[in-house]
Amino acid sequence: MSTTTTTTTTTTTRKDTAQYGLAALLAVIGGYVLYDATTLHPAFSDQPVQPSAFPYLVGGALLVLAALLALAAARGDLPQAEEGEDVDLTTSSDWPTVAKLVAVFVLNIALIDLLGWAITGAFLFAGTAWVLGSRRHVFDLVVGALLSVGTWYGFYVGLGVPIPAGIMDGVL
Amino acid sequence: MDSLSLLMDGFGSALTPTNLLYAALGVLLGTAVGVLPGIGPAMTVALLLPVTYNVSPSSALIMFAGIYYGGMYGGSTTSILLNTPGESSSVVTAIEGNKMAKAGRAAQALATAAIGSFVAGSIGTALLVLVAAPVADVVVELGAPSYFAMMLLALLAVTAVLGASRLRGFIGLFLGLAIGLVGTQTGQPRLTFGQPLLADGIDIVVVAVAIFAVGEALWVAAHLRRKPLDVIPVGVPWMSRDDLRRSWRPWLRGTAFGFPFGALPAGGAEMPTFLSYITERKLTKKPEEFGHGAIEGVAGPEAANNASAAGTLVPLLALGLPTTATAAVILAAMQGYGIQPGPALFDNESALVWTLLASLFIANALLLALNLPMAPLWAKLLRTPRPYLYAGILFFASLGAYSVNFQWFDLLLLLVFGLLGLLMRRFGIPVLPLIIGVILGPTLEYQLAQALAISSGDVSTLWSEPVAVVVYAVLILGGLALAAKSVIDARAPRDTSAPDEREKVDA
Repeated sequence: MSTTTTTTTTTTTRKDTAQYGLAALLAVIGGYVLYDATTLHPAFSDQPVQPSAFPYLVGGALLVLAALLALAAARGDLPQAEEGEDVDLTTSSDWPTVAKLVAVFVLNIALIDLLGWAITGAFLFAGTAWVLGSRRHVFDLVVGALLSVGTWYGFYVGLGVPIPAGIMDGVL
Repeated sequence: MDSLSLLMDGFGSALTPTNLLYAALGVLLGTAVGVLPGIGPAMTVALLLPVTYNVSPSSALIMFAGIYYGGMYGGSTTSILLNTPGESSSVVTAIEGNKMAKAGRAAQALATAAIGSFVAGSIGTALLVLVAAPVADVVVELGAPSYFAMMLLALLAVTAVLGASRLRGFIGLFLGLAIGLVGTQTGQPRLTFGQPLLADGIDIVVVAVAIFAVGEALWVAAHLRRKPLDVIPVGVPWMSRDDLRRSWRPWLRGTAFGFPFGALPAGGAEMPTFLSYITERKLTKKPEEFGHGAIEGVAGPEAANNASAAGTLVPLLALGLPTTATAAVILAAMQGYGIQPGPALFDNESALVWTLLASLFIANALLLALNLPMAPLWAKLLRTPRPYLYAGILFFASLGAYSVNFQWFDLLLLLVFGLLGLLMRRFGIPVLPLIIGVILGPTLEYQLAQALAISSGDVSTLWSEPVAVVVYAVLILGGLALAAKSVIDARAPRDTSAPDEREKVDA
């Protein structure tokens, strides 16, 4: 419990200006929730809670929280980033790696209907392992293929769930 | 209605060979995934959910009980054998546990954790059996106003009491409530962006897997430790008669701390594990060992941790209110099986509930039988190369999200909410209020509508029931206490020696 206190209190001079970005994001979400609420038609008069009531509350609260967060950030309030077994907060964030992971993920989304899970799953595994530092490409692809084909059959035979096969339809 | 005979029926249906197989499978899967570094109980349960979706509800629940207790047990193994604790509930176990492991007593630390978990889990489950049904009997009489008030209390307690920053807790809560708004309300689409696939709302499994698994994997990728952690090798756990003599009282005291805290809203596992630790440090006959690997410091907190896990099932099963991240995922799972936890559960799904309760006992016993001999194997899992570990998490998260509806759109949602999970970890926004907001938001709206429909719009109905009045009084008093505390904190210079009770969601 005592291991996590260090990051907040020690540096009062440094500000985390990225928090303004988060506040802006909250404001955009809150604003959109409010806008969406105005587009809802009122329900019948015997409906005591209008469908727009909760959206107005939630959207309004998000706007207030966005303002409060911006204020806290301006006062030098720092967030406590989450720690974990494999997380090293002493180094600066490695955003290029995250971007590459997202790219591999998007590729999977784009191709899964066409190629099917058995193929894209293998590339998802090998691709993310490569981004995270593995350099045994062939081995990774083999492991990925075993995993994706294995889970396809596992779901199909073991659980009775036919995952769409994509272009492998009839092969698997 | 005799609880004991109902429980015996539950054992009857849980002890068939097929169901025993599911229980063993659940325990093994739960422990294996739970042991992996970076994966806590909530993520274990979320990742393994899709596997349980496609077997019959009773088998699924039996497997699920095994996954739940197995995931809890796996987490403690990680914290003893690695020098960084993974989740908040095992932070305290790691203090002495890792010291014991470094001093060559890893086998004893694992043994006292395993047997302590068994003892605490068994007593906790027994208490759950005794308490849950009577509580449900009382609650089922209550009307929508009381129910609305209790849900409000659970939401606000989890948001305001736990966590380092109340502001960030509320940000998490309202983001979750906003996600919960998506869907169709009184026949018209709300917040669906014109996307018909969103008309039924966002599948909670996709949100949970995204926030817990994808968000965590992306966050770790941004800060991956270059130097791997030292894993302490271990043989088969065992303990001497002396170890046992020093452990059994801490087990029982830890259980006594853990269960009531677990059953309270915003109780969680941090407070009881911490209280158990300081109690054992005070009562021990060998105070010089504390800080260098005292077995009491592992036995007590680990028992408290498991007893509180059993305790969280009381509000979950009897009220339908999740109070921890893991309980929130379990609620989502039960809804996935078509079961709505809550006061009516014990009447509507009597056979299923008692089967679940019986399988919790069975899972607990299986854990002890399987895991003591298999500990060296689990320790090997800690050496999994990190690229494969996190590639595997992303792989299984995608598979889980995709297998719900076979829609690429769900994978897109998985990515979007995964990125949200990454942002939350970066900006210190707790995950628990968000996930509970997503789950309870729609129910909260429904209960309010119910209450007001019965009173034909008269708002005073909300405080027309005694239970509701009591809950609102607790809320107001709690709010005043927090306000007073923050005023005092603002005046007094910051006391750095105070124990820091920040919350880290067990992802």
